[in-house]
Amino acid sequence: MATETLTLGKALNVGLRKALENDPKVVIMGEDVGKLGGVFRITDGLQKDFGDQRVIDTPLAESGIIGTAIGLAIRGYRPVCEIQFDGFVYPAYDQIVSQVAKMHYRSRGKLRIPMVIRIPFGGGIGAVEHHSESPEAYFAHTAGLKVVSCSNPQDAYAMIQQAIASDDPIVFLEPKRRYWEKGPVEVDAPLGDAYPLHAARVARPGTDATLLAYGPMVRTCLDAATAAAEDGRELEVIDLRTLSPLDLGVVYESVRRTGRAVVVHEAPSNVGLGAEIAARITEECFYSLESPVLRVTGYDTPYPAARVEEEYLPDLDRVLDAVDRTFGW
Amino acid sequence: MAKGDPGVTRGGRRAAPRSRKGATGDPELVQLLTPEGERIDSVTGPDGTEYRVDFTDEEYRGLYRDLVLVRKLDAEATALQRQGELGIWASLLGQEAAQVGSGRALRTQDMAFPTYREHGVLYCRGIDPIMPLGLFRGVDQGGWDPNEFKFNMYTIVIGAQTLHATGYAMGVAMDGKTGTDDGEAVIAYFGDGATSQGDVNESFVWAGVFNAPLVFFCQNNQYAISEPLERQTRIPLYQRAAGFGFPGVRVDGNDVLATYAVTRQALDNARHGQGPSLIEAYTYRMGAHTTSDDPTRYRIASEVEAWQAKDPIARMKAFLEKQQIADADFFADVDEQAKRESVHLRERVLAMPNPEPTTLFDHVYPNGSPLLDEQREQFSKYLESFEGSAH
Repeated sequence: MATETLTLGKALNVGLRKALENDPKVVIMGEDVGKLGGVFRITDGLQKDFGDQRVIDTPLAESGIIGTAIGLAIRGYRPVCEIQFDGFVYPAYDQIVSQVAKMHYRSRGKLRIPMVIRIPFGGGIGAVEHHSESPEAYFAHTAGLKVVSCSNPQDAYAMIQQAIASDDPIVFLEPKRRYWEKGPVEVDAPLGDAYPLHAARVARPGTDATLLAYGPMVRTCLDAATAAAEDGRELEVIDLRTLSPLDLGVVYESVRRTGRAVVVHEAPSNVGLGAEIAARITEECFYSLESPVLRVTGYDTPYPAARVEEEYLPDLDRVLDAVDRTFGW
Repeated sequence: MAKGDPGVTRGGRRAAPRSRKGATGDPELVQLLTPEGERIDSVTGPDGTEYRVDFTDEEYRGLYRDLVLVRKLDAEATALQRQGELGIWASLLGQEAAQVGSGRALRTQDMAFPTYREHGVLYCRGIDPIMPLGLFRGVDQGGWDPNEFKFNMYTIVIGAQTLHATGYAMGVAMDGKTGTDDGEAVIAYFGDGATSQGDVNESFVWAGVFNAPLVFFCQNNQYAISEPLERQTRIPLYQRAAGFGFPGVRVDGNDVLATYAVTRQALDNARHGQGPSLIEAYTYRMGAHTTSDDPTRYRIASEVEAWQAKDPIARMKAFLEKQQIADADFFADVDEQAKRESVHLRERVLAMPNPEPTTLFDHVYPNGSPLLDEQREQFSKYLESFEGSAH
């Protein structure tokens, strides 16, 4: 099996290329996705090789990108839309939650909208405002949408292809601060065998407490687990991968075993995914818990100016501090 | 119903046909049938296109039948709402000609994207007229198959469907289905209020940039609930098209013949690869926006009366009578059919069952969701717990 070392961004690029090759109905559309290859170069070279009818540079209109993709989907295409940055998805919010999410339901299954909405999300790259947000809870709250996030090159490569092949409309969140991190990718591995699209995975096994994360925070949690191991604590790290629906079986199994859970995400804590996960763990694993489920999150503020974003974002120290608190209960 | 093409005419068979630029009193309005029922042979639109129609007597009668049936079914639905059988109803009263004219101009292969008032277009697409009543009764969310009938779901969010139509039309072009006589075209319906929406303006941009085979069909019925046209625009709506780089035309939306001619021409242009266009069907909503509002709060009676005099059915009837295309027996037969179908519609609406409770979980996701499956199971058990009890 061929294994290559790729950045997460390149792994997405290779995955998109495979999807374009495998299905002539797949079209990529968005602002600057063509000649420029996207502002993060995720679609680099694709228009050159597949033409401007498969990789479509669009007008600068997010609602238009999603709305026209719906029409293309009704026509039988499989659009993969790129929203340039997380904070720019809101002009398309109506089309996503009112149309994309509901058309299959409203039509009693007669219309399928097999669409992928790619959004580079989260902070940590020193960007100006509206370029570092974590809108996942808005979408995870909406029935009819599925929401996933990759955290490493292998998953990026596999999950983008699985998402495109799925008939479910999928919001695909890419951890932009991890675009440049490298890792091994099995470029000819069969998709869906090792992990189906909607399956959490144990990123690092452990026995003493469970860290739950997705996207950019998986790396942070793995680093925290490495540091904790030096102090003699074995932390299990679970990469949720799927935010809607949550794959809770893996989570419950882990928490029942470790008795302690810390949910980590960049998004604000208020009504965030951490609250949902903590509530579910409490309902299902109450008698196994040694301490309350804790959350380490961004603060309940707008995403701050870049020079203070390191204070805002959960880091290794804040995660370890929360772990200490779960043991101090 | 087969129709002749506009642009081909036998001309001068019955009325003293006239050709002119624009229509009576309004040079911007394409009209082929005056409110008094006088036929105009051909009209040149603002962009120089000549519009005319050529129908057989049977086809003229068919259009009249459509108009009457659609009005009667709509009236029945309004009555059903008043009797509590529908939660709400959006009446098309006054807009029959705009809908039948454009609906009959569609070819089988053409796709329509409606808003929520296009019951007349729906009827022309061959869909059972009970379908929208299920939506407004609350037993479903629109039960027809958009792909089978080439008529998409009703869209409540104002203007959202214009983008779907644009994307679909882009797909038509990408499929290579334009450029020939049997090419495909797409039509997007929306109202005057929708022209203020971002989505509609974005769809104008996209359709123009991608040369999409799309006809934007705006039924300007003068009011967006209570807000008059002056709250949406300071220029005639059809003139907006020029700013987006495609032709726009205003047609008398109470004139079924002109609406047909203008729509057929625009659709044919689209199917031949000439890109989008905007039709403003100038008409009037005679009733309320929906059964929930009271138009006497925002409209004056004289305005309604003035539009009453332009009634689309009355003028068609006058034309048929003057030209002796139809006799009293025909009109009686149409009325009888309309009555029969509306009674039938009523009976079927009253017999519409509520959906089974667990169906609320159906079709959320094509591939299902474990968490939702779990909820469905819990809900089913909850329902079963009542069996045999007093509930």
